[in-house]
Parts: sequence; C-alpha cells; structure tokens
Amino acid sequence: MELISPSDLAKEKVQTVQDYVLFCVHALANLFRKPLYFYDMVQQADAIGVGSLPIVVLTGFFTGAVLALQASNTLERFGSITLVGQLVSTSMVRELGPVLTSLMVAGRNSSGMASELGSMVVTEQIDAMRALGTDPMKKLVTPRVVATVFMLFFLAIISDLVGLVGGLAIAKLLLRLDARQYWSNAWQTLVFQDVFMGLIKPVIFGFIIATVGCFYGMNARGGTQGVGRATTQAMVAASVLILAMDLIITRFLMATLSYR
Amino acid sequence: MCTPTVPVESAGAGTTQDSSPAIVFENVVMGFGGNPVLREVSFHLPRGETKAIFGVAGSGKSLILKLALGLIRPDSGRIIVLGQDITQMPEDELFKLRGKIGMVFQESALFDSLSVRENVAYRLTEEHGVYDDEIDRRVREALRFVELEHTLDLDPAELSGGMRRRVAIARAIITHPELLLYDSPTGGLDPVTSNTIIELIMKQRDVYKTSALLVTHRLQDAFTLATHEFDQKSNRMVPLPAGKQCQVPLSFLILRDGKITFDGDLHELAHTQDEYIKEYIS
Repeated sequence: MELISPSDLAKEKVQTVQDYVLFCVHALANLFRKPLYFYDMVQQADAIGVGSLPIVVLTGFFTGAVLALQASNTLERFGSITLVGQLVSTSMVRELGPVLTSLMVAGRNSSGMASELGSMVVTEQIDAMRALGTDPMKKLVTPRVVATVFMLFFLAIISDLVGLVGGLAIAKLLLRLDARQYWSNAWQTLVFQDVFMGLIKPVIFGFIIATVGCFYGMNARGGTQGVGRATTQAMVAASVLILAMDLIITRFLMATLSYR
Repeated sequence: MCTPTVPVESAGAGTTQDSSPAIVFENVVMGFGGNPVLREVSFHLPRGETKAIFGVAGSGKSLILKLALGLIRPDSGRIIVLGQDITQMPEDELFKLRGKIGMVFQESALFDSLSVRENVAYRLTEEHGVYDDEIDRRVREALRFVELEHTLDLDPAELSGGMRRRVAIARAIITHPELLLYDSPTGGLDPVTSNTIIELIMKQRDVYKTSALLVTHRLQDAFTLATHEFDQKSNRMVPLPAGKQCQVPLSFLILRDGKITFDGDLHELAHTQDEYIKEYIS
C-alpha cells in the first residue's frame, strides 16, 4: 500500500470538509430554485420515514425499558423509586430518543443513500442525468435531505413516546409502581427547554444523515469496491458526526436556554 | 436489417440552418493527477457531419465526448458547442444547452429504477408541460425507431445488452437533438446487433441530418458508415457506388498519445502515408 505524507493527508481531509460544506450549501440553496421535485420528496419520506418506523419503535421501546430498569436500581437506594418516570422521561426526550433514533436511521438510510447514489455514479447514471439536462443535486440530494429532516423529527417524537411506554411496562410489571403516578411524573417533569432540545436535535441530525450519505454516494469512485467503501464511510461518518454534534448542541442549548 | 419507416415530415426536425460548426475544440488540454490525456487537441465538427473517433484504450476518446457535453471542464483551451462557448459556462446554462444534445453512454447508463418507457420519456417528463398523451406518442415513436416498441413496460434489467443500447439511443433522440454523441455504441455486442446499431446511427445521420461524434473501437463500423447510406424508400442501409463514398458526411479522427494524428475523410485515410495509421487500419 502506498504511504501518504501527513501534509497530503491533512490537505485531503481539509479538502473533503470544504467539499462537504459546499455540498450542503448547494443542497440547501436548491430549496429556493425550481423545480422542487415534490413527488421525489414524498417518495423519499415514505422510504426513509415509514421504512424506518419498525426499527425506531423497537429501539425506543427497549431503550425506555432498560432505562427504567437501570434507574430503579439506583433510585431504590435513595428511596426514590417513584421518580423512575421522571428519569425515563427527561433522558428519552432530551437525549436518548433523538440520538438513538438518529443513529438507527443513519445505519439504515445514510448507508442506503451512499450505496444507491454511489451505484448510480459508477454506472454513469449520474452523468446520464446531467446529460439529459437534470441537476442530480436537485433531483436526488435535496429531496433526500428534506425528507430525512422532516421524517426524523416525527420519528424522534414516536421514539420518545414508545420509550416512555417501555419504561411504563417495566415500572408496572417489574417494579409494581402505579401507572398513573409514572405518567404524571413523566409528564410534569418536562419543561419547554427539554422539549425544545429534543425536537431541534432530530432536525440537525436528519440533515447530517442525508447530506453525509449523499455526499459519500456522489463522490464514490472505483467501481463496486468504491461503492462499498462509500457505504461504510457514510455510516461511520454520520454516526460520529451525530454524537459529536449532540455534545455541541447540548452544551449550546444549555447555555442559551438558561437551563436549570 | 430492415427498420421501420420514419415520418418524412419529422425528418430534420432537430436541425437548424446555422452554418457554424456543431463542435469546435481549440487547443484543449486535459489530464488527471498530473498525467496529460489530451494535449492541445483541436478539431471541428461541421453541422450534419458524423465524425468517428478512434484510438487505443485510454487515449481520451470518451473524454472528448464528456468535454463536449460539459460534464468535465478542460484544464486549458476552448470548446464551442452549437455556437456557444462552454469552457466556463455555468452548470445551469449547460443544462439548457444539453437539451439540444443527445448522448449514448458506453454502458447505456439507463436508470435502473425506471422502466423503459420512463427512461425514454425522462427528458420530456423533466420538461414539465408536455402532456401525457404527447409523451406516450413520442416514446412509442422513438422506440419504434429502434424497433423496441414491445419493451415499453419492461425494466432495463430485463433487456439484453444490445436492446439496452438501442433504448439508450431512443432516449437520446426523443427530443430530436441537434447533436448526438455516441460512446462506443457497439462495444461488446455481436456483429448482427452492432450492424443494427450502426444502421440506426446512419439513419439518424441521413434522415435527420444530425451532427454526431462517434467513439468506437470497431473500424468496420466506421467503414460501414462511410460506404453505405440509409435509403428511406427501402427503409434500410444500402451500399454506395464506389465514386460516391466520399460524399457521405463522415470523417475520421485518430488519437495517439493524447494528440490528433489524423483528421480527414475516407479518401485521405485510405491514402495516408503515416505508418502508425496504416498499421492501425490494417
């Protein structure tokens, strides 16, 4: 294998970041240019949103359930086991709902987008599209970005709700807590900041999932091997970016929303 | 092979009276990763003419087509297509210009998620404003031209290599473009199917008078184009008498080491003294 010098490697990475930023700007700018390909957006929303629903529901349920189980162990020591609902609620809505939903959707769709677009690149279908007078960014990338952002928002809400139900199942069946008390605690503990944080994250993560997947797909080179590489890179990059952005967003919102 | 009749009134529908060349390359230089592929390449394609481009693998033949379509930009030099300088043309303007150009890709490049009908109709559906009835009529007309009307509802994966190539031609000609670019349209096909494709290219040249660049490895394809013409009455290609062969609007361009080593007609090619070309065509 050919060794690459550190300076060349650094240049390559900076170049990739620059290309990605330009790619994102282009994808967003297309929202204000005709044609908008509304039908493609709906089609993608169905594939990304409805298609991801089963894994999001399962992930949400089991996360909420295990959270309740883990929390009960600690809370019991302080005689505060009735606060399980509170803990599950804030953890799911603020953090685990959006993040785990995004990671699951990234695993399913970021890689899917990279492989689909990558295959189109290596079989010259993207060139053919340009030759036929269609901008692939408008036709393929922007609808995927809009659909992912839109659908991830609702998927995260569903995940939060199902997570609370998972927590309830554990609270009721294993911890023998009162269901009404659990819901009341879970509901009343939430404040505007929690909900806002929980809803803004999926919007940003959805943008990351779609743009990273499309970026790696559109830049796939080297035949089927290249498509495979792009698929893996897209999933890894999207997942890492989601977790890194989660930290930044959380810190930023805590500071700006005068969090308690 | 016998092909269906082309409506006379539609002949030449895509051509204009403009006498400027369809394509002009002026000192075009292009390379990848520091390796030059094209060095100071200059040629022009007059309107209504077909130019066959030859060269060994990696000599930059397909690159010329992609440059002519504006899919990639040259490192230096100037490219004029249908009277417009595309060297620094913004992508949005290029999309409009590409509406007048049809391209047949090496591996057909059909959209595998769309049916044959949707592939051929792609350009019309993207134009927005063309009625469904009109789209259907023109799709059938284009597929009839390539004798594949029966494949309308099939997926590209269900077609053979030759059929895919013919569908790609139908997709390229549906809007009667002023310029056609063929990238190895007969590559990897059997002789009978290759002949069918060449006859379609000839029909497009002689009936619609479309300017074309044809990249090919097969010398016999270009010689067939040079020695035959499409006869609309019998609806098939017929051999030309010996004295009329140079009157066919066909020229040859041979690339060697990134440069043009020959650019001329059949007569000039047959009488060249260049040893490389003699060996190439022998």
